[in-house]
Amino acid sequence: MIQFFKLLFRNRLAGLGAVVLSVIVLLALFTPLLPLPNPNITATGDRFLPPFSEGHLLGTDHLGRDLLSRLMWGTRLSLAVGAAAALIAAFIGSTIGIVAGFLGGRTDNVIMRLVDMLMAFPYILLALAIVAALGPGLINALFAVAAVNIPFFARNIRGVTVGLANKEFVDAARLSGMSNLQIILFEILPNVLPVIVIAMSTTVGWMILETAGLSFLGLGSQPPQADLGSMLGEARAALITSPHTSIVPGIMIFLIVMSINLLGDGVRDAIDPRLKSGALSRPLPATIVERDSTPPVPSDDLLALQDLRTEFHVGDRTYKAVGGVSLKVNKGECLGIIGESGSGKSVTALSVMGLVASPPGKIVGGAVSFQGHDLVGASYDELRELRGDRVAYIFQDPLSTLHPLYKVGDQLIEAMQAHRKMPEKEARARAVELLESVRIPNAARRVDNYPHEMSGGMRQRVSIAMALANEPDVIIADEPTTALDVTVQAQILTLLDDLRRERDLAIVFITHDFGVVAQLCDRVAVMYAGRIVEEGPTAAILDDPQHPYTKRLMACVPELGGGKRELHAIPGLPPAVDRLPQGCAFAPRCNFAQDVCKQGDIELEANGDRAVRCLFPDKVSQTEVTS
Amino acid sequence: MAAYILKRLISAIPVLFGITLIVFLIMAMIPGDPATAILGAYATPENVAKINKDLGLDAPLFQRYFIWLGNMLTGDFGRSYSLNRPVLDEILDRFSATLILAGTSFVLCALIGILAGVISAARQYGWADKAITFTVLIGISIPSFFLGMVMILIFAVRLRWFPVSGMYAIYGGGDLPDLLNHLVMPAIALAAVATGVVARMSRSAMLEVLRQDYIRTARAKGVHERKVILGHALKSAMVTIIPVLGIQAGFVLSGAVYIEMVFQWPGVGRMLVDAILKRDILLVQGGVVFVAACYVLFNIVVDVAQSLLDPRIKS
Amino acid sequence: MNALEVKNLTKTFEVGKSLFTKGQGVKAVRGMSFDVRDGETLGIVGESGCGKSTLARMLVGLLPPSEGEIQIEGKVQDKASPREFGQMIQYVFQDPISSLNPRKTIREIMETPLKRLHGMGKAERNKRISEIFASVNLRDEFLTRYPHEFSGGQAQRIGIARALAAAARILILDEPVSALDVSVQAQVLNLLADLKKEFGLTYLFISHDLAVVEAVSDRVMVLYFGAIVEVGPADAIFKHAKHPYTKLLADSAPVVGRSLEAPKQKADELPDPLNPPKGCPFAKRCIYATDICTTTDPALTEMGDDHFAACHNPIKG
Repeated sequence: MIQFFKLLFRNRLAGLGAVVLSVIVLLALFTPLLPLPNPNITATGDRFLPPFSEGHLLGTDHLGRDLLSRLMWGTRLSLAVGAAAALIAAFIGSTIGIVAGFLGGRTDNVIMRLVDMLMAFPYILLALAIVAALGPGLINALFAVAAVNIPFFARNIRGVTVGLANKEFVDAARLSGMSNLQIILFEILPNVLPVIVIAMSTTVGWMILETAGLSFLGLGSQPPQADLGSMLGEARAALITSPHTSIVPGIMIFLIVMSINLLGDGVRDAIDPRLKSGALSRPLPATIVERDSTPPVPSDDLLALQDLRTEFHVGDRTYKAVGGVSLKVNKGECLGIIGESGSGKSVTALSVMGLVASPPGKIVGGAVSFQGHDLVGASYDELRELRGDRVAYIFQDPLSTLHPLYKVGDQLIEAMQAHRKMPEKEARARAVELLESVRIPNAARRVDNYPHEMSGGMRQRVSIAMALANEPDVIIADEPTTALDVTVQAQILTLLDDLRRERDLAIVFITHDFGVVAQLCDRVAVMYAGRIVEEGPTAAILDDPQHPYTKRLMACVPELGGGKRELHAIPGLPPAVDRLPQGCAFAPRCNFAQDVCKQGDIELEANGDRAVRCLFPDKVSQTEVTS
Repeated sequence: MAAYILKRLISAIPVLFGITLIVFLIMAMIPGDPATAILGAYATPENVAKINKDLGLDAPLFQRYFIWLGNMLTGDFGRSYSLNRPVLDEILDRFSATLILAGTSFVLCALIGILAGVISAARQYGWADKAITFTVLIGISIPSFFLGMVMILIFAVRLRWFPVSGMYAIYGGGDLPDLLNHLVMPAIALAAVATGVVARMSRSAMLEVLRQDYIRTARAKGVHERKVILGHALKSAMVTIIPVLGIQAGFVLSGAVYIEMVFQWPGVGRMLVDAILKRDILLVQGGVVFVAACYVLFNIVVDVAQSLLDPRIKS
Repeated sequence: MNALEVKNLTKTFEVGKSLFTKGQGVKAVRGMSFDVRDGETLGIVGESGCGKSTLARMLVGLLPPSEGEIQIEGKVQDKASPREFGQMIQYVFQDPISSLNPRKTIREIMETPLKRLHGMGKAERNKRISEIFASVNLRDEFLTRYPHEFSGGQAQRIGIARALAAAARILILDEPVSALDVSVQAQVLNLLADLKKEFGLTYLFISHDLAVVEAVSDRVMVLYFGAIVEVGPADAIFKHAKHPYTKLLADSAPVVGRSLEAPKQKADELPDPLNPPKGCPFAKRCIYATDICTTTDPALTEMGDDHFAACHNPIKG
């Protein structure tokens, strides 16, 4: 709760809204106590007095009534009616929404069809019809406005409830013996309440406007009682001769609605958890680069990462996702990067072409050298020309990484045309060719499919075809088979392996699976907490891991064919990269760790074609893993 | 495609029935003798007798509904007692004026709103974003009827750029330039709120889409950023924006009631308000059903546009 | 006695139903019959769309079966009622975080089954919770916190603790470690093994990861397209697969030291559930398929010691 208000008032506009609104509400509350003249006493002699007249700070209206007094009483009335309408609509609408969403099936169907019918009216028609039937009057206008807003709440809350009703914790509650009513009250409602609050904060302004509108039309409050809308409506006749009688209530409505909107936005932002992590920022076309040291001299390798460091800055925290990674890959070579989630393997891969989402990501040091050029310092145009042309990517989940609204053929054609002019017909023929090269049957027909019309395996083949479109030198594959079933995975891996041999491709393959690395990669780098802990030829590392993390990670993953057995779990958790310990990041979980492991930085020590970041590699190498 | 349109048209039939039923039931809430209530001040004995005969008001509720519905289907919306002419004739005359006003405003709000939203998202936190966000905030907070009045004061009374009110000049008007001259202020006043809402929704839809994985894929392919924003991102964002446009069309139609009052625009909204104040219930009933039906048909157009954009909808 | 007996269990979903048109029946589970022995771990493997989640939801009473019978500890369950099932059989969910209500403290979550299923008083509940927490290696101080404060591994321990609180003797573990990091998976798997010993539990362990299933199970059941294609001892089923699909699965799993080669199959698309094939649903992909496979759906038959497969042309050896 305290955090909520902190977040709310960090947004200065929301704070302003809150202040303005509280002043207005306080004034409205204390209006009866203020020394104001009776708002309904007419004095025809004092008609249309201008503002700052004696005894009438804001002047008088067409019947000589004190405008300030009428404004305060009118505000009081408008606020009360708007808030009451919002409460009624929110209560009835949310109840309907929760019931329909939770029960689902026929109940839901019938209720939602009724709601749809109510929503088929432009809202004012329904309100007008209700007022026509009940007769003009403030209370009737209130009912009308509440009624036309019920469908809005019902539909919104139903949507949220449906999402919640399918959540696993609701199943768990059922299995814990809770009845439907108990689940609605104790499981669903606490989760829906913030949504109701948000919906109310965004609609209460509207409802005040709508009731004012009906009064403005003469269908709401009836003389002599006046809310802000009817004040405006009565003043309209004298708009040109005495504009102040219109402007005074108009500005008050504007102030109320604007302060509510500002506050509502603030509330929504403070409640919406995505904003706390800064995730609603749009990622820039290329990752921001702010190197704090002079970059190393580019290397001659095809692609080399040199002491690359990428960080995420969220609030006052700094996540060192990639903490100084050096890697290289050459023609025809497959390099595996293996690690758990949060080890920085994906961020490493995305940093190569400046694809790390930024903000909050930032490359803060090191270099990525491609054919002798540093890409980290390169301009956006240089990067764009290389992306997909020389260095191509394949991502994890092909359903979310292919554009859902474009045919796969068009996405392939676009990949080619982004880099070279090509007549449409030729590009299309080439697209079919590409699909054939990744062994998609009926490629000529499939080229006109949308991604959702294909299976997961087929979609991933399309992603691979897209990566191949410009015959790149390097393909970076970020867990390309993790989202796939095991039989499909085997096919995709075989395809990648064949393509690499046929085309002499360099592949950087990111995975968490030792089996995959063993089958596909020539060399492997093991990442932990943003750094490489061990690197070398795949066979050598799998045979004789020298870093305790590599060794224990291999031991805790069961492999097919081993039968029923006890697994050697690694105790503890990987460290959070915003609070890395001193010295070796694995030391707190390592049974070889000595005091010296927890002091100072440990270098990645090269030894022949292998390298390991450990002070006691021999000891590790010679000891069996036991739990 | 044709099959989809047909399907949507068929599915609109129950909605249209539902609309007539809802209107009918609301009107049935009128307390007391329906004929007298419907006629209000015009309740002469012969009028009451005629209404009772016309609507079969002595019949049970549901039977009355079908009589009323049957009459409407044959184009007989009844007769307005306050205007002494057929309801449908009056509606058709008035609705064309509303259509000109609301249609213009709708086009304005769609074009400007989406453009502003896209710019705002593409330049998030830049000065253009801040300026747009601020303008939008004012736009959605100011009551349209008050905005109209302020515009009259400034642009008609003080600057004399546009006429104060009406649809055509009383003397010598009636041509297109005259209409446009009269249209500018009410159309802008009416569009203001909807433009703000569309701009807001477009901005957040664009921001949401720009974080999607397929945008990263497009960038990884080397697609130019302009094309990423205006092609890949906007196309996806339109999937969210189009339904918002559909809803905003309803708000524009609703707002037209106020604007027609402020600018003395001879539209269906003003007709309805007058009819309510004069208790001309048949005119209210007919007008509400007619406009709501048009809105339902418009929403079919919206759905079809949506299905053209998103191939996942049809399957 | 068997902990669980399932006879001809079937679930048909209606799809494409609207107010005017009748929907089409899609069988997610097509007549499964099997037993789970007291105290064993039965592994269930299969790829997406094989019906394993639907099966699991029926077994705990969250979904009423369309046909067939479920018998838990000798008692026939004639209507799906999670409340009644919950005292005998519990569920551990795949996504540990979303299985905990974000707005409740861990204590509130833990108390629910004790209060609602067993009607325990406050003091008794607190004692019981402490005991359970001790056995899943969680500290009591976690009880006042909210789910988002926990890592995946800790949250899954809480999920397991909740299942234990219901005092059921059968647990359905639905991909209990696939959302967890590799190094944490082993911790949870070992914990499950310890709990099983300590409380004499029976497990149904559902997973897509063959190696994990093999490592924890006594017997394994392979599902394809809503039916059981093979059941057998864990140490034999992948090594000496009888059904070509089981063999395809086993050969597809990436294994250190085996060269990369996608196992042979004729096609790789699953059958269309709206238009299920006559005969064996795997026939289209199967390299051993003969004419009979396209006309007759094979029944599950014994083909070795405690080893059953549904195939006309089982693999020898």
